[in-house]
Amino acid sequence: MDIGYYPGCALHGSSNDYEASVRACMTALGVNLNELEDWICCGASAAHCINHDLATALPARNLGIAEKMNLKSLFAPCPMCSMELKKANDAIQSNAALREKMSEIVETPVTGAVDVVNLIQVFQAVGYETIAQRAVKKLDAFKPACYYGCLLTRPPKTLKFDDPEDPTSMDELLSKLGAQPVEWNCKTVCCGGGLTLCDEDAVAAMTYRVLQNALDSGANCVVVACPMCEVNLDMRQADARKLGLTKDVPIFYLSDLVGIAVGLNAKALDLNRRFVSISDELKGA
Amino acid sequence: MSKPVQDWSARVEELSGAKLNDCYQCGKCTAGCPRAEVMDVPPTRIMRSAQTGDVLEVAKARSIWQCLSCQTCTARCPKNVEVAGVVDALRQISIETNTFSDESLKVVSFQKAFLRSVRRNGRTNETEMATDFEARYFFRRFDVANVVRVGLLGPKMIARGKMHFKLGSPVKDKALVKRIFDKCGVEL
Repeated sequence: MDIGYYPGCALHGSSNDYEASVRACMTALGVNLNELEDWICCGASAAHCINHDLATALPARNLGIAEKMNLKSLFAPCPMCSMELKKANDAIQSNAALREKMSEIVETPVTGAVDVVNLIQVFQAVGYETIAQRAVKKLDAFKPACYYGCLLTRPPKTLKFDDPEDPTSMDELLSKLGAQPVEWNCKTVCCGGGLTLCDEDAVAAMTYRVLQNALDSGANCVVVACPMCEVNLDMRQADARKLGLTKDVPIFYLSDLVGIAVGLNAKALDLNRRFVSISDELKGA
Repeated sequence: MSKPVQDWSARVEELSGAKLNDCYQCGKCTAGCPRAEVMDVPPTRIMRSAQTGDVLEVAKARSIWQCLSCQTCTARCPKNVEVAGVVDALRQISIETNTFSDESLKVVSFQKAFLRSVRRNGRTNETEMATDFEARYFFRRFDVANVVRVGLLGPKMIARGKMHFKLGSPVKDKALVKRIFDKCGVEL
């Protein structure tokens, strides 16, 4: 399977372990990632609160490049990127005046013809059954709390993906691979990632709430599909411990668990650089 | 000649795409907001102020910059109002009119530093962005405790290979990125 690929800034920066994990996992599943040429930042959490036109233009530039490269679908592993790209794509598609304005601003024709997808949707396109057939290791050591956070499902009008109140797509995939996902309350409760450098005390409290609920529900790890959730829940966990978090909770990307199931090792998945270290048992050793 | 009176509600609608009068003040946005407990003006009252045109008043509220854009309000609104979009519009207006509250300086500085880095490089250079943000913030507030806290994080990031001083693959057409910012009228 061939798919367009938009890594986004985080995967080329502090979350380069996510990019290693995604790339290794996709190679193992026979998915060929065709990286967008000369992509730029999607605007992330900043553009939409400072300038509305910029918040559409930055993703529009990337969509224009994707259209020029004739990419039908574009995989963005970061949900903030995929949400911003999708929102801009839909707005441009449904509004002729905006189409013209954005094409002029980004100096590339952009029509809003790209299907933007997240990590879970790529696994769905490969097929959960196909992945299960390729699995060589049962994930029976894992009791994950599948954490969807904010932007995988919200806003639902833009994303039209899973149930925004009780999503189950990650749970279903990991169950098929032998893991035992727990029922818990904080699947879609914000971890505070957007303010991780601006309001440490608030972020510690929000991180604590999510992680303690995962532990209380019987989880032995939290699985995310977002670089911001990962870095926040991992890096700020020491602060959550000070608020009473009862023990360390290792944080995995979804691609890590799928990777382990299809036989990839900790080095290939880049599991050795977490703030909260991962036990050998959970590394699949 | 007197200046025309600005219709601030219309400006919020234009920026957010929200139909403000669809809101019937049920309070569901506030009930689900993960930040409501720390907000001076909760989402329901933000919506009411946007409806009545008291936009410059609510643009001063701390709460618009405490919002994490988690989109829970928008997802749950029974009238499908883009509540999070209204908050974005108010943030933009608070910057354009320079009315954001003094307590919001840190968040505003962060978002501006982020976009300065994107304007310069086409992509966020996290180390450069964080340095720009923390240095400018320091010279506004002289918050030494904050510098120490941030300084302690740096070595941990470096030890884990999570801090980079150069972009892995730089953007070729950086001039275009600057033109995009200019055409959108972004001042940072």
